[in-house]
Amino acid sequence: MPNLTINGVAVSVPEGTTILSAAKQVGIHIPHYCYHTHLSVAGNCRMCQVEVEKFPKLQTACSTVATEGMVVRTDTEAVRKAVRGALEFLLIHHPIDCPICDQAGECGLQDYYMTVGLHKSRYPLGDKIHKKKVQDAGSGIVLDAERCILCSRCVRFLEEVTGTRELQFFRRGDHSEISFFPGRPIDNHYAGNLADICPVGALTSRDFRFRCRVWFLKSAESICTGCARGCNIEAHFHEGVLYRYKPRVNDAVNRAWMCDFGRMEYRKANEARLLAPFVRENGVEKEMPWGALMPQVAQRLSDAVRTHGADTVAVIASPQLSNEELFLVRHFASDLLGTMNLAFTRRAPEDGFSDDFLIHPDKNPNSAGARLLGIPGEEAFHAVAGRISRGEIRALVIFGNVLGAFSEKGTLELLSKAPFIVQVGTNEGVVSRAAHAVLPSASFVERGGTFVNCDGRLQRFRAGFAPRGKARNTIEILVDLGNRLGAGWSFSGEESVFRALSRSEAPFRGMTYGSIGSLGREVKR
Amino acid sequence: METVLTTHFADERYRGIDGYRGKGGYGALRKCVSMPREAIVEEVKKANLRGRGGAGFPAGVKWGFLPKDLSRPRVLVVNADEGEPGTFKDRLILSHGPHLLLEGIAIACYALSIHRAYIYIRGEYAREARILEEAMEEARAAGFLGKDVLGTGFDLEVTLHRGAGAYICGEETSTINSLEGKRGWPRLKPPFPAVVGAFGLPTLVNNVETLCNVPWILENGGERFAALGCEKNGGTRLVGVSGPVVRPGIYELPANANLKNVIFDVAGGLRDGKALKAVIPGGSSTPVLRADEIDVTFDIETMAKAGTMAGTCGVIVIPEGTCMVRALSVLMNFYAHESCGQCTPCREGTGWLKLVVGRIEAGQGRPGDVELVLDVCDNMAGKTICALADAAVMPAQSFIGKFRGEFDRHIAEGKCPFGNRF
Repeated sequence: MPNLTINGVAVSVPEGTTILSAAKQVGIHIPHYCYHTHLSVAGNCRMCQVEVEKFPKLQTACSTVATEGMVVRTDTEAVRKAVRGALEFLLIHHPIDCPICDQAGECGLQDYYMTVGLHKSRYPLGDKIHKKKVQDAGSGIVLDAERCILCSRCVRFLEEVTGTRELQFFRRGDHSEISFFPGRPIDNHYAGNLADICPVGALTSRDFRFRCRVWFLKSAESICTGCARGCNIEAHFHEGVLYRYKPRVNDAVNRAWMCDFGRMEYRKANEARLLAPFVRENGVEKEMPWGALMPQVAQRLSDAVRTHGADTVAVIASPQLSNEELFLVRHFASDLLGTMNLAFTRRAPEDGFSDDFLIHPDKNPNSAGARLLGIPGEEAFHAVAGRISRGEIRALVIFGNVLGAFSEKGTLELLSKAPFIVQVGTNEGVVSRAAHAVLPSASFVERGGTFVNCDGRLQRFRAGFAPRGKARNTIEILVDLGNRLGAGWSFSGEESVFRALSRSEAPFRGMTYGSIGSLGREVKR
Repeated sequence: METVLTTHFADERYRGIDGYRGKGGYGALRKCVSMPREAIVEEVKKANLRGRGGAGFPAGVKWGFLPKDLSRPRVLVVNADEGEPGTFKDRLILSHGPHLLLEGIAIACYALSIHRAYIYIRGEYAREARILEEAMEEARAAGFLGKDVLGTGFDLEVTLHRGAGAYICGEETSTINSLEGKRGWPRLKPPFPAVVGAFGLPTLVNNVETLCNVPWILENGGERFAALGCEKNGGTRLVGVSGPVVRPGIYELPANANLKNVIFDVAGGLRDGKALKAVIPGGSSTPVLRADEIDVTFDIETMAKAGTMAGTCGVIVIPEGTCMVRALSVLMNFYAHESCGQCTPCREGTGWLKLVVGRIEAGQGRPGDVELVLDVCDNMAGKTICALADAAVMPAQSFIGKFRGEFDRHIAEGKCPFGNRF
């Protein structure tokens, strides 16, 4: 554990720690562009130069390992001049097109200009070197070579993380630029990360470009719902619209990355939403207030149980639901309806696309949680489906929009056999086109809870904003419906459900939201 | 005067293996294979042989940096990427004494238990590459290279690799990257090549001229070699003189030869009765000297004291009547063109220097431009991964430092006072 001082502040760090990381520990920010926590050290931007006693020249903090007794200064005139000089160099050919640049507001050049630059331009506008702008670099990435500061983060990412090496340096000196070989643009499933790691506006996301200025965006810690990996993400939203996902660093799960499929999952919070409860009478949809609809639904369900027996009622759950929701669903089915017809079914079969990095074949975030909470999966679902097709089910509650591997036609045919179907769902789909009562639920960014990922890691996602339209939190819907069936639930919010869950369910015993933290923890097995 | 390298260069047959052996060639290698390996290294250390690639690092010490542990194969990279403007000494060796280099390689590799050597030769040296390839064939056939060198059981594979025309590939870590098929970018150090070099292996990088001294040292002893020069600077240097002198060319001189004598005696002084204005003593990146500052010797310490560097001993003679702004502008174009583009200060700074020096020369300089050049230099010097930024900065700072008046006149008069036009 070398001990060193940085600007007079003593710090003790593990062997091998760089000055830059050591400084971070004591809250001293050393400017940098090329350094990235999850990529190799390049040392080429020269923004992190610091003074180290006994070294004749300034040293790059990103590449210099802290040693015992080191005396580091980041606040001397020599350091300030070198850093300001490096920034000035980076800006001399920069187009300064911030007003039309999507990076504005989260741009390393803007940020450091305000903190360490503030110099007047000494370079004539007419002598700036121009490079190609708005190039389609493939995989949804737009490349603007003129804004590029050649930090090589993207090149290293494609070399070290994806191994696909599409982007390279071309030409030399101040004509250097990042580009790709003709006809060989970026082609991998992790390209979105390039827009994230680019510290300037050189690589931007075609999907996000020009849709929202970043300073309007608010952020919520979340978990990607695209597959069972459970990549840690930040959900960025503004006025009830979810705009994008960014990966959140979690070395136990996704390091600093996420895949492009997961990245596009955000759209589900915006598109084809069910925003008001409705009933379908004689094939005609009729909007109905919650207050009028819920007693009807409760009545129909209890009638079915009373008249035909609990065996004629079924509940189909979804691994898109949180543990908290699934816990209530299980109680709802087993205790309130008293039926054994409970199963979960998944949005894509097990053999979904996968790779050896982050993309998992199970396209649901919480299959593991459903299993741990004792909700049976595919086999039980097929048994329930069999009962439906034989006309044995009089009332059916479906969460989500998917019935296993059934085609759209197959689903409609199956559902035509059930006289009463209630759907609790977020998006329009085949089930909502067949259901007799549709209860719109909050999207994953409008509610909070926990998932268990494919490796048995319990992770928490948080609500960013209130449910859109008249949609309601799934927990709220379940509590409302449950209490109408005599549950006597007093849950309010996901945390109160989790407290109950962690008391009764062995894999979660003793856990609290506090102990899950923002990076999650392993469940007990 | 005793010479080490060029003694037989006038004889064309010396290029072939028979001519080379006729002059005692490969005798040193034969002697070495019966010596303890440490004794060979010891001899090189005693010789006070300094690296001839420009930095002048003691060769014996550099050899000693290779790890003692032999569990990982190690590599020799011969730097034949001679690209420093004003420097053409290695070219002479490669075309006139290729076997001298091969023998030097064989001895170094034998001494350091290296079985793989790569000669990285400047791409433009096509003729020299051909000559070297023929020599390698001959040496292999004669048992000096390849499997079982001289029946000792020692294997040595030598590969010739031609560069593709980048000055930066002469920087040793850049040479290694280029050799590996990567972009010719200098590497961040540490780790140094002696620990992690070519293909991730411990690597020794030596200049052509450096290695060519080795056979003589082993033949005649390190002490005798050391005695040819002066303290800390053993042997001779190949001094290249270019510019309007009577006899331009390469001269082999003691390592402490006097620069003034080189120009006025050895090279016969300036042509057509021209007066001397300035001298760049060691290749284009070394600080320029005024005519009244050249009474200095080439040994590394004396040159440093004079505020410049012996570098590669590529002497560029600049006569009276030369516009120093123009001369600097030419150099700045070179460095801007050759900057690899990896680190910010050099990539952007060399281009900026080219722009501002160019506009001063073109009569479009603005008040404050000279200060601007110096400030840009300050933001570059010592602030990059390799020394190329310094290589560009040193001429700029020294040209302005010593000929400031010419720069100011360009700006004040709005034209080149020497009548240069673009």
